Amino acid sequence: MIVQAVAFYLFAAICVASGVMVISARNPVHSVLFLILAFFNAAGLFVLMGAEFLAMILVVVYVGAVAVLFLFVVMMLDIDFVELRRGALQHLPVAGIVGLILLVELVFLAVTTEVVSTGEAAPPPAAEMSNTLAIGRVLYTDYIFLFQGAGLILLVAMIGAIVLTHRSREGVRKQVISSQIGRRRELTVEVRKVRSREGVSS
Amino acid sequence: MTIGLSHYLTVAAILFALGIFGIFLNRRNVIIILMSIELILLAVNLNFVTFSTFLHDIVGQLFAMFVLTVAAAEAAIGLAILVVYFRNRGTIAVEDINQMKG
Repeated sequence: MIVQAVAFYLFAAICVASGVMVISARNPVHSVLFLILAFFNAAGLFVLMGAEFLAMILVVVYVGAVAVLFLFVVMMLDIDFVELRRGALQHLPVAGIVGLILLVELVFLAVTTEVVSTGEAAPPPAAEMSNTLAIGRVLYTDYIFLFQGAGLILLVAMIGAIVLTHRSREGVRKQVISSQIGRRRELTVEVRKVRSREGVSS
Repeated sequence: MTIGLSHYLTVAAILFALGIFGIFLNRRNVIIILMSIELILLAVNLNFVTFSTFLHDIVGQLFAMFVLTVAAAEAAIGLAILVVYFRNRGTIAVEDINQMKG
């Protein structure tokens, strides 16, 4: 039990600290790296709660895909970040007030909340049933349409991102398949009679 | 010293408030704003999984997965819009973005 408590406080502290660094780091590359650290520690919290499948999904999807996407965009675009940070301090009072009020309210709610079981919740899964198996049992039966909908959302996002960022540049030689197929022998090949020792003059 | 529901909820609340704080603080930089939104969605996921665990209902983890899907799609589309905007304007300062109207 004490090990769990120590692990919880470790993961939570690192997660919150790296969350602070995400929004306060001067260099956006550092922000992305701290975001990755925050996601890793959140995955640790998920494991502590017994949601191993979601922890692995979090690491794979966020660290493997989303954070790398952020990293690519931050490094590819040539942005003057110092200019962008100018005037950030003048937002500090408003940001502080809003954040603080929200934090106090949420923490108050969190501390005073008692788990009220409605009695309709599913019984706890059997000990031999793994977390992944339990999710799969529900996901592929009762929630199959939502699952397919999630796939559709990803498809639309992928097509949208490609359409948005695709551009046709001038002066780039591309393969024109129709002209390749429309090429005929008599337009391109000419048979000449070459006499001996004279060659072809033209 | 047992770790209960309110401990996890407090962590999620702090992360959520940090996300809101970051959006207000870095109003000019869209990349940081997008990262703050990711932090907010992470806090929501943490809440989903916490209640799923303490109520013994697996559906909460299912919805956390759907939130994850939407977050990934949102990041991809947002960054694509950002790249297009940078290509057209040469900057990512969002305060000038209202010039796009009309």
